[in-house]
Amino acid sequence: MSREQAMVAPAESRSYYGRPIVKEPAWEQPDVPLYLFLGGTAGASASMAALARATGLPRLARTGTLVAAGGSLASVVALIHDLGRPERFLYMLRVFKPTSPLSVGSWILAPFSALATASAASTLTGRLGPLGTLAGAGTGLLGPAMCTYTAVLLADTATPAWHEGRRELPVLFAGSAAASGAGAALLLVPTTETAPARRLGLAGAAAERAAGHRLEHDLGVVSETYRTGRAGTLLKAGKALTAVGAGLSLLGGRSRLASAAAGAAYLAAGVCTRFGVFAAGVASARDPKYTVIPQRERMARNTKGAPAARGRPS
Amino acid sequence: MSESGYADAQPRMGFFTDTSVCIGCKACEVACKEWNLVPAAGDASDMDLLGLSYDNTGDLGANSWRHVAFVEQQVPASRVDNLGMPAIGAPEQEDEAGVRWLMSSDVCKHCTHAACLDVCPTGALFRTEFDTVVVQPDICNGCGYCVPACPYGVIEKREEDGRAFKCTLCYDRIGDGLEPACAQACPTDSIQYGELDELRERAELRKQALHDDGVTEARLYGDDPDDGVGGDGAFFLLLDEPEAYGLPPDPVVTTRDLPAMWRRAGAAALGVAAAVVASFAGARR
Ligand code: SF4
Repeated sequence: MSREQAMVAPAESRSYYGRPIVKEPAWEQPDVPLYLFLGGTAGASASMAALARATGLPRLARTGTLVAAGGSLASVVALIHDLGRPERFLYMLRVFKPTSPLSVGSWILAPFSALATASAASTLTGRLGPLGTLAGAGTGLLGPAMCTYTAVLLADTATPAWHEGRRELPVLFAGSAAASGAGAALLLVPTTETAPARRLGLAGAAAERAAGHRLEHDLGVVSETYRTGRAGTLLKAGKALTAVGAGLSLLGGRSRLASAAAGAAYLAAGVCTRFGVFAAGVASARDPKYTVIPQRERMARNTKGAPAARGRPS
Repeated sequence: MSESGYADAQPRMGFFTDTSVCIGCKACEVACKEWNLVPAAGDASDMDLLGLSYDNTGDLGANSWRHVAFVEQQVPASRVDNLGMPAIGAPEQEDEAGVRWLMSSDVCKHCTHAACLDVCPTGALFRTEFDTVVVQPDICNGCGYCVPACPYGVIEKREEDGRAFKCTLCYDRIGDGLEPACAQACPTDSIQYGELDELRERAELRKQALHDDGVTEARLYGDDPDDGVGGDGAFFLLLDEPEAYGLPPDPVVTTRDLPAMWRRAGAAALGVAAAVVASFAGARR
């Protein structure tokens, strides 16, 4: 049965006085959306910095290294601030649990931020030469994982907008992180060294848009949460800012001002996108229909006339 | 080995909540709060009436480990039970609309495949020897991941405390051979505690008896070991669709899709790596 046909079945869903079925994410705003944004920006910047160092683009390397360190440390702070018991943040590293994206993520974020800090310290002080380069290479390798693990963190929940979007979110976050990392470089690095950032920004923007479109249209009733309300406004703003960033980076030529504006637009787009995805999750948890309708559709697809769907009289 | 990883030394314990005999007295809610020292739900405004029939609790959460739902429904008068109460005035018309209440004491399902436990990064949530799911308060760091992970909206962070709380199936009582406080307090045996296998048999018989009595809408919920959470350790007999009680019709443990999600994220990460490398290739304008 096609998605459209399946969607016809439950004209309206029933509920217990309209109350939510699943709980809203317990995470605070702005802590967690910022944690997503900063981590992704840091990850993409680190990978760029490592390659810039190898290909002889010193200013791009320096900026990327500092953004990676600053971004990842700030993201750690945001994460700790969000804990109900911040003094117990080290309990995150008490075990390694592949079934918990937050455990896996902590084991990515902790070494990444440590190496990024070492690399930045070496860049700033000029000491530790080869060790600093090694640390930078390490962050560069971990960078791509920093860009996408947070998508699994959100998707591995019962929050309808996030779980139903589990195929799209990693691509969206990868694209958004790449564009934000490129944005930081465009904003801070002279145009003689920003050609790679310009290209990465365009690639990220394209991936982000493709995944964003699927989130907004291919998730059945849940897609509403990406198009309407606070999430809709934020994601539309993100879309527009990404387009501005891409346009300015393409058409601005060698103008330092245009390049910096493009970078700022990319970064602002990244913030809007992360807050928008978070808001879509909250909205989808608040209205029980986003929990019930996809489940009823799945039951209809799976049983297709077979008797005794769960929860039905048998 | 059982599905949850324990060797079969101790049978799995659980709840069967037969909502068809619930009278909505909320003794379970009170007994649970008293035994487990669960605080009142926040400030005084939480004591306000919710306007949801007789429900003044609202939902399960950090401070409500049992929650009695009152589903108030308009039905044909013929379907309203005649309790033989003395009435004033003319007898009611047969076809007049009446009201029925479905009452149901909800609780943590102690899922076979528990999302809350899977996603907990610290190991604070663990599976006991009774196959129940319990939070260790001395380990929980309040990351809150279990809260959106639960497909039933059960577990919650206690604001003033910072940590997550939910039903323990009275871990401290059942280890001593006592039944959980709610089951002990329930005057109608709507809440039954026991070995899960036995409860499932009993529930099947009860459903059959109700069907034989013409209550065809009776159905079991959470009893099927093949459902999306591998079956619930606390399951129910309902008299309407699950969503009418605020229950999800086909819950799935989110981690069932986790391998696919990691693969997807891995591919996306490789995509980032490839894009970065490609952006450094070629002209350096
Ligand atoms: S119902 Fe929710 S809180 Fe209870 S075991 Fe299942 S996932 Fe955990």
